[in-house]
Amino acid sequence: MHLAYPAVLSALLFCTGLYGVLARRNAILILMSVELMLNAVNLNLVAFDVWLSRTAEETLHSGQALTLFTIAIAAAEIGIGLAIVLAVHRNRGTADIDRLRDTAEGHESPAADGPDSDTPATGTAAEKAEATA
Amino acid sequence: MTLAQAHHGFLSPTGVEIAFLLVGLVTFGAALVTVTTKQLVHAALWLVVALGGLAVEYLLLTAEFIAWVQVLIYVGSVVVLLLFGLMLTKAPIGHSPDADSGNRWAALTVAVAAAAALVWVVVDAFRATWIDLDGPAAGSTEVTGASLFQNWVLPFEALSVLLLAALVGAIVLSRRAKAESSSPPVNSRAATESSRSVTESSDNSGSPSSASDARKNPAEQEGTR
Amino acid sequence: MTTTTLAVLVPLLPFLGAAAGLLLGRTAPGFVRPLAVLPTLTALVLAAIVAVRQGGDASVTAATELTPTGSIPIELALYIDGFAALVAVVVGLVATCVQIYSTGYLREDPRYPSYAALVSLFTSAMFLVVYSGDLIVLLVGWEVMGICSYFLVGHYWETPEARAASIKAFLVTKLGDVPFLIGLFALATDAGSFRITTVLATVTHGGLDHPTLVALLLLAGVAGKSAQFPLHTWLPDAMAGPTPVSALIHAATMVAAGVYFVARLLPVFEASSAAMVTLAVMAAITMVGSGLAALAQDDIKRVLAYSTIGQLGYMTGALAVGDRGAAVFHLLSHGAFKALLFLAAGVIIHAAGTNSLAAMSRMSHLRDRVPDAYWTMTVALLALAAIPPFSGFFSKESVLGAAEHITAGHTEHAPGAAGWTVLVAGLLTALLTAAYATRLWLLTFHGRGAEAPDHGRQPLTMTVVLWVLAVPSLALGGLAYRTLPDWFDGNDLAPTLTTSVLGTGVALAGGLVTYAAWRHLAGLAARVPLGAVAAHPEGDAGLVEAEAIATHAPAYGDVASAPDPADPGRLLLGPLHRHAAVGFHLDAVYRALFVRPVQAGASLVRFLDREVVDTYVRGAGALPRWLGAAVRRAQTGNVQTYVSALLAGTVVLAVAALLVASGA
Repeated sequence: MHLAYPAVLSALLFCTGLYGVLARRNAILILMSVELMLNAVNLNLVAFDVWLSRTAEETLHSGQALTLFTIAIAAAEIGIGLAIVLAVHRNRGTADIDRLRDTAEGHESPAADGPDSDTPATGTAAEKAEATA
Repeated sequence: MTLAQAHHGFLSPTGVEIAFLLVGLVTFGAALVTVTTKQLVHAALWLVVALGGLAVEYLLLTAEFIAWVQVLIYVGSVVVLLLFGLMLTKAPIGHSPDADSGNRWAALTVAVAAAAALVWVVVDAFRATWIDLDGPAAGSTEVTGASLFQNWVLPFEALSVLLLAALVGAIVLSRRAKAESSSPPVNSRAATESSRSVTESSDNSGSPSSASDARKNPAEQEGTR
Repeated sequence: MTTTTLAVLVPLLPFLGAAAGLLLGRTAPGFVRPLAVLPTLTALVLAAIVAVRQGGDASVTAATELTPTGSIPIELALYIDGFAALVAVVVGLVATCVQIYSTGYLREDPRYPSYAALVSLFTSAMFLVVYSGDLIVLLVGWEVMGICSYFLVGHYWETPEARAASIKAFLVTKLGDVPFLIGLFALATDAGSFRITTVLATVTHGGLDHPTLVALLLLAGVAGKSAQFPLHTWLPDAMAGPTPVSALIHAATMVAAGVYFVARLLPVFEASSAAMVTLAVMAAITMVGSGLAALAQDDIKRVLAYSTIGQLGYMTGALAVGDRGAAVFHLLSHGAFKALLFLAAGVIIHAAGTNSLAAMSRMSHLRDRVPDAYWTMTVALLALAAIPPFSGFFSKESVLGAAEHITAGHTEHAPGAAGWTVLVAGLLTALLTAAYATRLWLLTFHGRGAEAPDHGRQPLTMTVVLWVLAVPSLALGGLAYRTLPDWFDGNDLAPTLTTSVLGTGVALAGGLVTYAAWRHLAGLAARVPLGAVAAHPEGDAGLVEAEAIATHAPAYGDVASAPDPADPGRLLLGPLHRHAAVGFHLDAVYRALFVRPVQAGASLVRFLDREVVDTYVRGAGALPRWLGAAVRRAQTGNVQTYVSALLAGTVVLAVAALLVASGA
């Protein structure tokens, strides 16, 4: 099989995920897009590992091992990411990434951001999450 | 290699290539729908299709262990987690016109430019490279396991520590602070108590989100579903 | 201990007392009073020992050069002749009396620690001026006295009068100090040294290149410090300070420093007859003008302030006729009786609750309330009016005698014009002095009307020092005029018959005329009620005085005068009274000449700064501000925008790198 097929598919998937990260409003959809990007990388790793394991004399199967690691790390990432999104949602009443603008120039108090925010938010979303923890 | 280049032209695809191409088109299409659909839950479901398609691609590349791991972890748990996340953040069911932010056209430009650059480079570099898929499978469980526990033991163990840290971190992040737990009204604590069963039932996903489940009123979860 | 060591200790002890007082003032209030009185008292004792040891013999000189300081060396030098020894004793005596008096006068004042420390610092600086043999070291003491005067005049800084007076005192004396400094430099350049002995030796050999210029420059500083016309206007206003400060700084010591300085460097001035005539004219205008102004003042302390200016005029007059012995003799006796007058005035103000003579003239039995002040002040006023045998008589007659000596044709030291000017002005001033002394005495102690309020006995610390100072006021002149020439230049200080008869005659005439005028107006006082007294008569004297100063202008329309038709001064001065009360409009002239132009210049500079310079500054800042505003718009807070920009840049860079790498 031509190596170009998985490579091109991987590039296209990566850019699709990129578009999703940049264009989506809901934080969970952004996490999904991140998963797409990670999978594109995984595909690349597997394809090149298969190619190299045929051509090279000695191989460590590093591509497949790294793919497994990536999958594990992606699972951890999705867990932490969801926890952060939930904490933000609890504090701000929203998970929309473009409404979390505490670092903006001339930003006013975001207390009015969410009707059911139970603490007055001052810091960035990450800071807020830490403060809550 | 040079001989192989002469034999394998793009205009005479093998069966594997055709299968890869078709599944790849489905995967890419599902991915596109995932990032463009206006219905948030549908996005998660289309993600299942995309990830499943990728698993098939792994199989076609003879990396069978990776493929099953992909199905188990991504399709089995990650997408379920994402669905829970959508429900817990009260994501709207059905058509939501504001799913995309105002940044969409800038995102489209960047993504298309990046895709053009990447595809150009990849095609230019690997136009003539051939993967020989015959012979013993490159990614069978035996081969993968052997390399993993011969050459990659230390990173593997380090990874377990990382997973533990992520688990603890997710729990800590999703817990309410002690000081705050006294301030909410009594019924919310009662709701938390009553949702214990939900928490335990979702524990089998083996993920840290189980801790965050307890935060939500069961009535809301019911409504989201 | 050697005389030199003792002399070094004299300025050092009050300085250490001041430093300790400032450091411990808040933490250990119990030490403040001993720290204020004891170093000054010790310094007085040491100064007396130094004076006895010096004994009018050859001057004690000692010098050490700490470090090379450039072309003309500055040395820590002592130069103690008879003048220095005796002036130091008077300074120590008055300072000790004032410190003791202040413990009673300001006993409830929360700022007493800093006040006492500043008085000690002032005393130390005055000792330094008196003993210093180096002009730059003398200048240091001179300026330290100036700044202490500034702080002490502003002691009641809650009242606007005190704030204005302290700034005025500082600025006017600085106006004289700048030419003074230039004059010192010119003198040292000519002489090649700042040492007084070297300077005097140079003058003796005719080594001065510009004697007139140097003398006139130095005179400016002397006029500022010693409150001589035309730089005297700060002294009456300086009476807004506490009375002990007025007694020490603005009557007995600091204002005498200018006279003392001229006495030390008299040969420099004698080298220029123009300077001597200037000095004489200055003295004459000062004497007569201040006598007239004193007759019109209503504030008892302002009367004494103008009186001080007039007596300082006598001293400069004596210097103008080249007799520094007479000048310093008058300085000594004046230091004693003027300090006494001020301290007694403080007691009276406390007892009467007002500083206004018009109000006091409507109080009966004031003298029974403060008998100590009554008797001692009578002695001091007689000394001021130069009635024999009080000390003022002998010192003043020695001044008049010296002037008469010049007019008789002995013009080797001073031009004859100076002698005539001083003599005529001196006799005229003797008349005026007796007149305003009588007026002060009659209005204060022989008022008619309601009984003066009884606040009980005055503190012992305040009354005892009056008697201590009454002794030299009474007896110093008569006992000392024969022995003092041994300490001084040797000129005879004994009164001559002509001037004695003339001087005492005009003084008696002045007193009698004032008495007659007072009798003539006696009925009027009862018919025109007038007066305001302090609201807190039970407070300490400092509080009463501050209130009296603050209420004078609202109650009588002016800080200096009161619309009292029963005032004998008003009758005697006639149409002049209006002008004399405001110091002959000199303040208004200064306002038109200096204050207005400076204010106009300041508003011009302000306009240039606000409108012209700031425009350039704002213009320079505009472009960066616009750029900043443009860049700021990128700071939206939206993470997706940032990541988009970041990735777009990455793509561009990657494509560029690829193009370069592939050689396209």
